[in-house]
Amino acid sequence: MTLSDPLDVPRPHAQLHFGVFFQGVNHWTIWSAPDSGSQIDPASFRQVARTAERGLLDAFFLGEGLRLREVDGKIHDLDVAGRPDAITQLAALAAVTRRIGLVSTSNTTFNEPADLARRLSGLDLLSEGRAGWNVVTTDNAWTGANFRRGGYLDHADRYRRAEEFLSVARALWDGWEDGAVAPEVGAPAWSAPGGVHQVRHRGPQFDVDLAPTLPRSAQGHPVIFQAGDSGEGRDFAARNADVIFSGHGNDFDDALAFADDIRRRLRAVGRPDDDLRILPGTEIILGATEEEAQEKKRWIRLQQVTPATALGIAGPLWGIDLSDRDADGPLPKEDPVVSENDSSFGARRIADPRAVVAEWQAKAEAYGWSLRETVIALGPQRGHVGTPSGLADKFAHFVRHGATDGFNVTPHLIPDGLDDIVDLLVPELQERGIYRTEYTGTTLRENLGLREPLTHRSAPGRRQAG
Amino acid sequence: MSGPALHLAVEIDGDGAHPAAWRRAAHSPGQLLAPRRVARVAAIAENAGFTLLTLDDGVLPPGAAPDPVGRIGAVERAAFVAASTSTIGIAPVVPVTYAEPFHVSSQLAALDHISAGRAGWVVTEEERPEAARAWGRPRVDDAGARTRESRDGVEVARALWDSWEDDAVIRSVATGRYLDRERLHYIDFTGETYAVKGPAIVPRPPQGQLVVLGRPDRVPSAQLDVALVEGRDLASVATAAAAAGTPRVLAEVEVALDTPGATAAERVADLERHTAWSDRGRLRHIGTADQLVAVLVELSRHVDGVRLHPLVLDEDLAVLSRLVLPALSGRRLVARPLPGTSLRSALGLERPANRFTAAAVATQEDAR
Repeated sequence: MTLSDPLDVPRPHAQLHFGVFFQGVNHWTIWSAPDSGSQIDPASFRQVARTAERGLLDAFFLGEGLRLREVDGKIHDLDVAGRPDAITQLAALAAVTRRIGLVSTSNTTFNEPADLARRLSGLDLLSEGRAGWNVVTTDNAWTGANFRRGGYLDHADRYRRAEEFLSVARALWDGWEDGAVAPEVGAPAWSAPGGVHQVRHRGPQFDVDLAPTLPRSAQGHPVIFQAGDSGEGRDFAARNADVIFSGHGNDFDDALAFADDIRRRLRAVGRPDDDLRILPGTEIILGATEEEAQEKKRWIRLQQVTPATALGIAGPLWGIDLSDRDADGPLPKEDPVVSENDSSFGARRIADPRAVVAEWQAKAEAYGWSLRETVIALGPQRGHVGTPSGLADKFAHFVRHGATDGFNVTPHLIPDGLDDIVDLLVPELQERGIYRTEYTGTTLRENLGLREPLTHRSAPGRRQAG
Repeated sequence: MSGPALHLAVEIDGDGAHPAAWRRAAHSPGQLLAPRRVARVAAIAENAGFTLLTLDDGVLPPGAAPDPVGRIGAVERAAFVAASTSTIGIAPVVPVTYAEPFHVSSQLAALDHISAGRAGWVVTEEERPEAARAWGRPRVDDAGARTRESRDGVEVARALWDSWEDDAVIRSVATGRYLDRERLHYIDFTGETYAVKGPAIVPRPPQGQLVVLGRPDRVPSAQLDVALVEGRDLASVATAAAAAGTPRVLAEVEVALDTPGATAAERVADLERHTAWSDRGRLRHIGTADQLVAVLVELSRHVDGVRLHPLVLDEDLAVLSRLVLPALSGRRLVARPLPGTSLRSALGLERPANRFTAAAVATQEDAR
């Protein structure tokens, strides 16, 4: 792919934004390699965040899980698991970084607005305007078993609760007028009379009445991220989000179709169609040559999909315990057993296992693949593989044509997995003029090029962030 | 007596223990919530040689106008401070009257990882009905119900900290297993008002269990590592300490000290013109540094340490640092924590065995 003439593309001046996703739980993080570090040691988090900052990335991103994953009623033991509470970890990183955004994935189903909004506000103040919140929902009673509330929420209610949650959170974040706190030593009162407003909210999900305890941060509110991909999720994002963390970042046409759909939904709710950043999650595998990159990809896939992981992925598909089979041998001959009572949690459900198994068997036979090779070849195709120069051209094409605004990168190794991207890919992007050479602002909102928070549009007299 | 007899903790929330302390602070009100301020106070406490700092909190504003109504969450401040200090223990106040114990347990375990084993937890209660309105939860009204919520919350947090054995992460390349699921445990807690399944999301904290501090009349002493005891005079502190039944006892002491610019009494009187320093039934020292040293020497016969509540941090912390801690250190009554040691070892507490590991060992022994 060659670089288009900048004037022939829809967005000649578009800039690419990167986030780094310290994922925590998944089989994409390779834990078996000799240079794989601790997943819980604060030094790992510090190193990834500082590397990201060296590479002028926008955001350091943490996931969340509220119950350990299970397969067939047993704790899943093959993947990296065990991670710190996200906001707590990010508050520590606020002390040792200066510009990188700090994004927490936090659940609206099993939190309460007074508590979570305040924690996010605290992170935003401690980082001087670098906090982000990836809003996620849960509907399963299985997760609820860890909480006072239990598993109480209907599927249909989870976005309703999320939306109401967000509106209470925003009211709390707006509860102090700018300048509410006395700016000078010797002031007659700590805060201006009437500068702090009580927030009263009565709705189907929440009935609260409280005085917020924090002012707005340098960026106004934490930046709102959203990751749901259903129609419901996309509408939620169009109404509420600043950034979408999508799964549509591999294939250009798919990414563009997704972006166009989001832009249509944005216009439908009265927002300009460049009001939101689309950062698909991706993996980036670099090599000095195409061949080297492909060879590295093969090695990475075999580390990610170990024999046990291949059997662990195939087992639920067949509905049979395959753990004593040979992953490097042929596919199981059995027909899948479809059970209505799946006791696996935290994993993606398969809609029609019989059809998937039939496809796997046909392809494996045609290409002579082992079970493990089949899992690798037919599993989700993720990420971009190539030389720094080739990928820089490719990403320029994505961004200048509006297919994405950048990527949220999941390194396959912690804590060194981001180094190649920062040291090799970023300079190529900078040469092409699609990546910053220094941070453009001090807040996450500014660095992402976002407008002020949604509740503060066209409010005269308000401080403008960004 | 062998070794230092007195552990010193200091409460550093806001601008000091007096509600109007902000009026004597060396900075503008707006700076109270600035990260630099948070880190600076913690650094002063660490450099002074305190064993522990605590950070007060609650869902409601810390005070009513004209006094401060702003406060960053104690866990977030604690994590921030943990990343910029290296030896001092750090204990946020976290009430579990309404909070989700699963989240609280994760946050505190994360804090212990972040601080490499320097974390503690001060358990308090949300007493005011406004707290229930803020949380949107049914009121937990009477003292008995609040004690029940604290007891259950601490029990759940402690069980979750044990739900990963220390060596649960095995990284067995041969079998492809990252975890040994036999070393992970459901806690299956069922209390009067809720149930929690477990296991935790966060691996076992470096200290095994964080140091849990609280009032023994509010949290069962069997759940506390450190009792925080009150009393207006030495005799009542001594009585409370003797009754605490916890491995360590710290006395709560409010202090206002003479400074080069003004006497303690003058400083207190200055603030009392604006707001009263309400009597919480705690020992209160208003006077010179030398007199405070004498009080602390006397206290060291009855308690393992004190938690100091300075009148105004910007004024009293300097005097504590320059005069009080050196004097105690000179008498070998206190020792600053050593780099690389946990809060638990700084307080002379053992690293506890994991309840699940211990149970498994006991079962094996029974079978023999």
